[in-house]
Amino acid sequence: MDTTLIVRHRAAKPVLEVSDLCLRYLTRAGEVKAVQDVSFQLARGQAMGLVGESGCGKTSVANCLMRLLPDNARLVGGQVVLDGQDILALSEDEIRQYRWNHIAMVFQAAMNALDPVYRVGRQLLEAIEAHGVETNQAQARERVSRLFHMVGLDPELMERYPHEFSGGMRQRAVIAMALSCDPSVIIADEPTTALDVIVQDRILRELKAIQQQLDMAIIYISHDIAVVAEVTDRIGVMYAGRLVEYGNTAEVFGAPLHPYTAALLGSFPSITGEKRALVNLSGEPPNLIDPPPGCPFHPRCHHATDRCREEFPPRARRGSQWADCWHPLEVSAPVAAPEGVA
Amino acid sequence: MNPGHSLGQASNRETLVSVSGLTRLFPLGKSIFRRANSFIHAVDNVSFSLERGSSLGLVGESGCGKTTVGKLLVKLLDPTSGEVLFRLPGLAARGGNSVDPVPTAAIKAGQMRAFRRQAQMIFQDPYESMNPRRTIYDTIAEPLAVQGIGTVMDRVDLVSEILMQVGLTPPATFLFRHPHELSGGQRQRVAIARALVVGPSFVVADEPTSMLDVSSRTGIMNLMQRLGDNLSISYLYITHDLGVARYMCHRIAVMYLGKIVEMGATEELLRNPLHPYTRALLSAVPVPDPQYRRQPPDIRGDLTVPIDPPDRCRFYDRCPLATQHCRDNPHPPAVEKFPGHWAACYEV
Repeated sequence: MDTTLIVRHRAAKPVLEVSDLCLRYLTRAGEVKAVQDVSFQLARGQAMGLVGESGCGKTSVANCLMRLLPDNARLVGGQVVLDGQDILALSEDEIRQYRWNHIAMVFQAAMNALDPVYRVGRQLLEAIEAHGVETNQAQARERVSRLFHMVGLDPELMERYPHEFSGGMRQRAVIAMALSCDPSVIIADEPTTALDVIVQDRILRELKAIQQQLDMAIIYISHDIAVVAEVTDRIGVMYAGRLVEYGNTAEVFGAPLHPYTAALLGSFPSITGEKRALVNLSGEPPNLIDPPPGCPFHPRCHHATDRCREEFPPRARRGSQWADCWHPLEVSAPVAAPEGVA
Repeated sequence: MNPGHSLGQASNRETLVSVSGLTRLFPLGKSIFRRANSFIHAVDNVSFSLERGSSLGLVGESGCGKTTVGKLLVKLLDPTSGEVLFRLPGLAARGGNSVDPVPTAAIKAGQMRAFRRQAQMIFQDPYESMNPRRTIYDTIAEPLAVQGIGTVMDRVDLVSEILMQVGLTPPATFLFRHPHELSGGQRQRVAIARALVVGPSFVVADEPTSMLDVSSRTGIMNLMQRLGDNLSISYLYITHDLGVARYMCHRIAVMYLGKIVEMGATEELLRNPLHPYTRALLSAVPVPDPQYRRQPPDIRGDLTVPIDPPDRCRFYDRCPLATQHCRDNPHPPAVEKFPGHWAACYEV
């Protein structure tokens, strides 16, 4: 594969630093606290997973990082420093120079991530030209051809339309598009959710190889914890707009601190290992217009005490791993399974 | 695990459905002036049986024909050839014994209502399978009205009772709500209630949890299993997720391009997969253990569409074991390689 596509100095400091990010959506029913005090850092070559139930704020975090926010969104606090620049302080015009050139997104490749009326190659050319990466038409085409090759698509497919592509091919094209302007960070939002497992396996392997080869930072957003376990080296677990646990993927999967993480891991039906009862996480995530006082997870938590209902929990740490919980789980604590599927 | 659920016991029970040589072709390029020039072989010579109270998982990638099999079984589609035999109360011909198996092809228009009472389907998408203008009560009471079960007053009680059983409590707070006021998991519970309220013995569940969040998924799986045991319902559980099939099904049948390539008791099939396609499928499933190093699946090429496929093994083009023999012979027959464990492959 071609490595000349990306030539950028290696930075020792984090390529992405998110601190105390807070996002609200103004709705008729009230102010939705979609993202609350989210902080994390990402260095070059690192892969991070963001997991949680739908509505927990994973995609809202991604949209903040891309500055792709709807009109009713209000960023009420925090910083996002990308390649040394606080992108939340940039104007709408300035952010265009950052988007795609520094941070790009791999969307879930349903039909709507690509424009059905343009040839796929044309759509990549447009991105490259609009962001001023290549100004010469021939060089831009050459670049698209290399990108196609990199994601495992025959460059001749540039002349085809999206409907002529299979689901896997479309996802590859969307990945090529994200790579088109040499970003330092890629956000992959449910990149393989719509695909069959064999195609998913191939695409994840290729994405991982490209990430390592280009020394990029990547954020995987997924509800599939098995995918995240395989492709990331750090993981952030989100609940009710907050990052509730964060750490090295192997450590978090090996011994979660937060009861929510433990429940999420325990509810996954794996085909390997002994068949064990699945954890049933009863109840619904809280209403983010009026989140519960204290720990946001307390209404669904089996360990909850009066303190959890009143006071926001402190940060419990174990090495580099942390969780916001009054009663963090012990390493040897079995996962509570009050009502499981036999 | 429920004692009645232990593997291998299922075969001692009475057969509820038996399917033999089931085939469904979909014509391509057909118009009023022209006959179809080619056919998609969506389901091609599929045979299996299902015992009362037991559940069979139909797994495979998209387009393998699993949903078509489900629709053929509940008569939402008619087969091109082959037979589906049901042993259901209320179906046997007048004067016949009620336990005599009846082919679905022989069910007349007048008997469809009796058949529907016994054979129901739960659809994948709880957002689209319900009329948004009707209340939960209307949705669940309709099958009761169609079947003429109870008076109008009874139906409120029957609907409340089934709502309790599917965990939507207290029922009074749900009866007159509309689907948009419920979460995905709650809607799927309503869909389950609607299918089960008439007391069926056979239910086709087409990916009932694939649109749901991980947290509501376990609840739905749990609920379906409990109701299946209590009401002695047999499920044909259609899923692309082998992990879900492991927890929901006594047996698993793996489909590839319209054919069942392997079938066996769940744990046996997962532990000892025989067919090269099953092996590829199993090795492609991500494992939620960061320490585990999974080998890439041994499979070539991409999934195709079975349009007039050549008369040889459907998996030939992608198979790592393919030989000259596989090329020159028809699709291999299913052979019982181990007790209760069938595979359709010349090379295993």
